Amino acid sequence: MAKARVRFTFASELIQEPIIWSLGREYEVVTNIRRANVEEDQGWVVLELDGEQGEIDRCIDWVKSKGVRVDPVPGDVIDG
Amino acid sequence: MPYTTSLRCKECSRETELLPVNVCDFCFGPLEVQYDYDAIARVMSRESIKNGPPSMWRYAELLPADPENRVDINAGLTPLVKADRLGKALGLNELYLKNDCVNPTYSFKDRVVSVAATAARDFGFDTLACASTGNLAGSVAAHAARAGIRCYVFIPADLELGKVVGAAIYGPTLVAVNGSYDDVNRLCSEIADRYGWAFVNINVRPYYSEGSKTLGYEAAEQLGWHAPDHAIVPAASGSMFTKIWKGLNELHDIGIISKPKTKMHIAQAEGSSPIVSAYDAGIKDIRPVRPDTVAKSLAIGNPADGYYALKVIEDSDGTGHAVTDAEIVDSMKLLAQTEGIFAETAGGVTIGVLRKLAAKGLIGKDEVTVAYITGNGLKTQEAVQDVAQTVNINASLRDFEDAIKAEDA
Repeated sequence: MAKARVRFTFASELIQEPIIWSLGREYEVVTNIRRANVEEDQGWVVLELDGEQGEIDRCIDWVKSKGVRVDPVPGDVIDG
Repeated sequence: MPYTTSLRCKECSRETELLPVNVCDFCFGPLEVQYDYDAIARVMSRESIKNGPPSMWRYAELLPADPENRVDINAGLTPLVKADRLGKALGLNELYLKNDCVNPTYSFKDRVVSVAATAARDFGFDTLACASTGNLAGSVAAHAARAGIRCYVFIPADLELGKVVGAAIYGPTLVAVNGSYDDVNRLCSEIADRYGWAFVNINVRPYYSEGSKTLGYEAAEQLGWHAPDHAIVPAASGSMFTKIWKGLNELHDIGIISKPKTKMHIAQAEGSSPIVSAYDAGIKDIRPVRPDTVAKSLAIGNPADGYYALKVIEDSDGTGHAVTDAEIVDSMKLLAQTEGIFAETAGGVTIGVLRKLAAKGLIGKDEVTVAYITGNGLKTQEAVQDVAQTVNINASLRDFEDAIKAEDA
């Protein structure tokens, strides 16, 4: 089993979509939300994904395909 | 690490022991090193600093790594240059440039990596690693060579040859990764999770980032133990910006300088300015962007410390500004041609924003201003290659004199 700590950023038109609920139904991945914030035009959720690595990869691809931006929790790790 | 006490989450304030971890187990917020400032105040003074080594390690009590064990290639204590000619051009009488171009691997990264490499050695790691597009790669490889430990440097497969050589010369294992910026980013996070290595800007980041505080300490020391009225700092992740402010405040907290009233101004390139965009919008929530700028060393679209940088702007009554690629290049030339300092593109960002601040009257002409020049221009020569205009002659004195007359005309 693997874990991934990720941040989902939702544009305003996606904020009302139950994407994390759908993710849990579509993929064998356990979601564990640690922090979140919703503003007028954007929302973000910091969460842990727990499952087989391949299943985590597939679920992240699916979330991206919905238009959600997915980033590693610490921010960009490539530095100048 | 004699004066460090714990790691504290910047979000939920939970404390944890000093380990090589960068996020809080509870809320995944970033961790920051805590110190026993009372104990530091008892042993640290202007005199003790002056008697310390001629490098950033003269402030060892305020760094989270054992100075006896330090991996030191003589980073820091770089010149603070009084910039009279540039100041005259901008109408500023008290302009200073913190010239970090002259660090051993030619950028400020030597400060953070020296701390990270020392902390890595303190924790018993045998491998130092990073993901980088330039400055960091060279610095990590050099420090690993100095420490005699293994080194892995991850770079995008399309990185320019000059930058590859700048790291390769120190003998690391260079891993060129095919894929988009996001792909490389994600892979490196996964590798950091899986391998027991000291990834300087991932699991060792709480220690690494503290090295930037020395840019604040040194400026204050070189100004005769005064914090400047203004600081202009280039930003990618925003970490250095927050740490310079932290450094100035720490010097006050241990009784070495009076309360800093420095206005902290953050400088970004327009093509990668998520922090300045949030500042302009009056919000604290960073909107990640896809970077597209000539200032590659500042090209971070999802800045780890963006929120905290915005807090520093607010706390210090500072500002944030962005400049175009054309303004960056023009400012690199202005800096070189007035002060003899060839800075990389990030220096062009700093000077470009300095010019804006001066033009808008946001800096008083007699206010003490420090502009941070964080990397050497030899690393980004492609940005200004149009300056290479020559006067072509045959090898005869007459040809030379004719050419000179034509130039003077």
